[in-house]
Amino acid sequence: MKFTLSWLKEHLDTDATIDEVVEAMTLAGLEVEEIENPAEKLADFTIAHVTHAEKHPDADKLTVCTVETHEGTKTIVCGAPNARAGIAVAYAGLGTYIPGLDFSLDKKPRKIRGVESFGMMCSTKELEMGEDHDGILELDPADHTIGTPIAEAVGMNDSVIDFEVTPNRPDWLGVNSIARDLAAVGLGTLKTPEIKTIRGEFPCPQNVRIESNEACPAFAARVVRGVKNRPSPKWLQDKLKAIGLRPISALVDITNYVTYDRARPLHFYDRAKVSGDIIVRMGKDEEFPALDKSSYTASEADCAICDESGILGLGGIVGGETTGCGDDTTEIVIEAAYFDPLTIRRTAKRLGVNSDAKYRFERGVDTGSLISGVEQATQLVLDICGGEASDILVAGNIPADPSDIEFDPALNKRLTGMDLPADEMKSILERLGFGVTIGPKTNDTWSVTVPSFRRDCTSGPDLVEEIARIHGFHNLEAISLPPLEGRREPTATLTQNRTRLARRALAQRGLSESITWSFVLQDHAKVFEGGAANMLLDNPISSDLDCMRPSALIHLLLAGQRNADKGYPGAALFELGPVYRGTEPQDQALALAGMRRIETIRDWAGNSAPDAMSAKADAIAALSSMGANIGNLQITKPTGSYWHPGRSGRLQMGPKNILADFGELHPAALKALGIEGRVAAFEVWPENLPTPRKKNASKAKGALTLSDLMPVHKDFAFVVPEDMAAANIIKAAKGADKTLITDVSLFDVYQGKGIEEGHKSLAIDVTLTPKDATLTDKDIEAVMEKIIAGVTKAGGVLRG
Amino acid sequence: MTDITSVKDKFAAEIAGAGDLIALDDIRVAALGKKGEVSMMMRGLGKMSPDEKKVMGPALNGLKNDIAGLVEDRKAVLELDAMNAALASETMDMSLPVRIDMGTLHPVQQVMEEMAVIFSDMGFSVAEGPDIEDDFHNFTALNFPPGHPARDMHDTFFMSAEEGEEAKVLRTHTSPVQIRTMINQEPPIRIIAPGRTYRCDSDQTHTPMFHQVEGLVIEKGIHMGHLKGVLMDFVSAFFETDVDVQFRPHHFPFTEPSAEMDVRYERDGAAIKIGQGEKWMEILGCGMVHPNVLRSCGLDPDEYQGFAFGMGVDRLAMLKYGMPDLRDMFAGDTRWLGHYGFNPLLQASLANGLS
Repeated sequence: MKFTLSWLKEHLDTDATIDEVVEAMTLAGLEVEEIENPAEKLADFTIAHVTHAEKHPDADKLTVCTVETHEGTKTIVCGAPNARAGIAVAYAGLGTYIPGLDFSLDKKPRKIRGVESFGMMCSTKELEMGEDHDGILELDPADHTIGTPIAEAVGMNDSVIDFEVTPNRPDWLGVNSIARDLAAVGLGTLKTPEIKTIRGEFPCPQNVRIESNEACPAFAARVVRGVKNRPSPKWLQDKLKAIGLRPISALVDITNYVTYDRARPLHFYDRAKVSGDIIVRMGKDEEFPALDKSSYTASEADCAICDESGILGLGGIVGGETTGCGDDTTEIVIEAAYFDPLTIRRTAKRLGVNSDAKYRFERGVDTGSLISGVEQATQLVLDICGGEASDILVAGNIPADPSDIEFDPALNKRLTGMDLPADEMKSILERLGFGVTIGPKTNDTWSVTVPSFRRDCTSGPDLVEEIARIHGFHNLEAISLPPLEGRREPTATLTQNRTRLARRALAQRGLSESITWSFVLQDHAKVFEGGAANMLLDNPISSDLDCMRPSALIHLLLAGQRNADKGYPGAALFELGPVYRGTEPQDQALALAGMRRIETIRDWAGNSAPDAMSAKADAIAALSSMGANIGNLQITKPTGSYWHPGRSGRLQMGPKNILADFGELHPAALKALGIEGRVAAFEVWPENLPTPRKKNASKAKGALTLSDLMPVHKDFAFVVPEDMAAANIIKAAKGADKTLITDVSLFDVYQGKGIEEGHKSLAIDVTLTPKDATLTDKDIEAVMEKIIAGVTKAGGVLRG
Repeated sequence: MTDITSVKDKFAAEIAGAGDLIALDDIRVAALGKKGEVSMMMRGLGKMSPDEKKVMGPALNGLKNDIAGLVEDRKAVLELDAMNAALASETMDMSLPVRIDMGTLHPVQQVMEEMAVIFSDMGFSVAEGPDIEDDFHNFTALNFPPGHPARDMHDTFFMSAEEGEEAKVLRTHTSPVQIRTMINQEPPIRIIAPGRTYRCDSDQTHTPMFHQVEGLVIEKGIHMGHLKGVLMDFVSAFFETDVDVQFRPHHFPFTEPSAEMDVRYERDGAAIKIGQGEKWMEILGCGMVHPNVLRSCGLDPDEYQGFAFGMGVDRLAMLKYGMPDLRDMFAGDTRWLGHYGFNPLLQASLANGLS
């Protein structure tokens, strides 16, 4: 909402400066977005008088002018056809910045076809005051003395304030309500001019019928006949121009003026073009040409203003061209109606129309302003266009005033902590237009009447907000939050604690944490087993981010490729974030995903490259840091088709609980994403880790026995088929004696000479830890036999 | 006795001249071995008279010990020489580079951890909720009536929906977590809810996905003065300096009274300095929880009251750590991550500092 300081001062008696106004607005909750004073931009431009002009000796279209300026007499070469002696002009001295051209004049005089020119005379377009570029701005030298700032000369020395109108305060869309709030905070005295009642000279000849009472509860109308439309007077044009509206004609400008002055949208019909009654009804799929040069079709959900011939316009949104006021209009119908905000909103949204009227009606227009709006408009019409007014006709019923609020004044202290005297609270409410009746005793609840323009206030807390706001939040005493009673529990959840550690474990392994979009391209989602129709966004920000992601790997892979394309290969990235398998809350899972591009790292100690095993180590490091029992995990195959069929694995607990997938990604999946080369990756599922069973048990650890007995190491080599998982052999060896065998480590995998084709040799080191007594040779032999038997059963052959 | 002295001198000279451990051992054997000269001399003791024995016994023992001592000393010297000689060949170029592959943690995660630490000290737990929300939790329960213009202020992403089915939305703020918490948990409630939020908007200062942290306190007797206190305590702890704030009225559908808080700042070239200067920058919105919101969650506004606040995590991260452009936050550029990322060994804490 834009308004000017001078407009505000028509409603508010104040000496406040623009800075004081802005400060008061801010502290009252009117958030100022921009302050602009055209005078500041035009400070370098002053009035000068052209005393002499002659044709340029070498150019037909140029004039050499002698100009009297506040800096003395100057010669200026000008190309404008209206440059001539005897006019006052907007003078820009050397070096001046010209806003409309976005450049600065040279600091030294410039020769134009051999004649030195000492400045410039500007058009309104060059001054960004208008669109006129056919000639320079010309004024009467008799009215404007040399050196007068140009903004003052043209009446533009007025600050324009633009501020955010929150949806609860549609009344702020009128300057009068802004003034009321500023008066309430003590910036000045409210002096909004009273609207006079104009007695009708004749009965209203225009009948209005409302057939859709819900969409349009009330419609006030008055006819003014014998009017003469003309350009608006300068004061009105200047007002509208200052806030960015284009003056059109008096009859149009008056409606715009009242819209901004009192937040009261109006519509004027050229009565000569209305056939019979005005009928307010729902649309019947009728099309009409609108005043905004578009054409719209009103459906049965839209409130149409019609006459006997059919639809004229959309009530409260946009008027029709056929009944619009023009130069030849002599008789008008003034409409001040009330339209249902929801209907307005739905229609405007569907048709994509915006207008000052719609913006106000969808937020709620003051139901108390129908008659006053007609009266204010009538006065302006009579003053500017002449004519005589009819009686006012009101079709339908003006909605009742808002209900009174039973207000407990103690609520103010309860909600804000501010202990204000009853008098002050009462005074604040009254300054804002509320009526306060205090019961016989001070402690009784108050009966508060709500003005018709403040329908946002319906209960006690609404009034507390008004009192606190006007008293000022800067006066609130800040109090630190008192501690909760009892013992402090840690405030983070298990998963939050676990992932905090896992993220650190991964970063320490050389992966950098990223955060990437939750949405991806649907085709990419499909590659990662997502991309179902229900996961699409209806209104994506761009077509390549149209689907909720099934995997956090997608953007990491794309980022890795972007880094490589920029000359930074070898990206290793991870992300902790959500993935989506459906749209219900339980369909969202937390993923800890990461990837390393398989690109050779050249090093003097030997080149290396990440591989599927690096991803396995990443996944295990993450799981281990989160407290998973790494020794107990089973290795299976991932089910996702985006994993390499031969170089990927899954870590799970039991048959169903998947903790992680890892390995190389399928080259086809990478190709579909446009990723060059190979990538090792992992997806860890932190929420799948089991919760430690004894939550409230003591944190003391079990007793540790440190035996003096030496452990014994025994080495074995077994030949197995090359596709057999080493884990099977290790597991079989481990299982041979669960008390004596404390560790089995694989220290060699060999294929080649001495080993049959299609087979491999696995060498393991088994640790035997005696518990009670030193192991005898016999004990050791017995365990070794069990190990060999166990591994043989699992498919291994002891290597001779 | 001359014998003993000359034998000792002879071996002493030989030991001193021994060039390596093998030569030294040969000398030791020649002197002290079973058939060595000193051993042979000691064998002669048996044939001596008791008086002679009394003199020669200690003398020969002394000779034996002296020679053994000289051998040990010489051995130590030779061993040290041998080790030094070996070490002279054991050299490496200590300027050769070694690889320490250390990644970094994302600044937004760091800032969310800092917030959790500061608020945890005031008794707040961290709560979470889904990104894909329904209309009830994201709007209606937060006192945005259906069709209300306040909904327009959120550029909402809608999920596609079947005809006649209510479209889910991507949460436009973390406030739905307030609703989920109040429905599922008895007061007293003190939570913060950091997380991803979404609005259909993209330019230098807006990304379609961003992070917010929501705060909610519901207790008897908690009023707006506490809200102001909590937030002032928070900003000073977060920016690690005394921050001057401005608390001013605003409007949000889900709080009443509602406020926004600004912090004092100034620009110093490209850098922004919080806590000094003449300008105010808005950093958060807040207010007393609206009675309609409490009622939506089954709480009686005459019994319980409290406050809520919400702030942009990414923006606070930028203000504190100087990232100039919001859009770089989510691009995964390794140079950016290396420059603005955090050491993974760092753990925000009030005892050790936040970063």
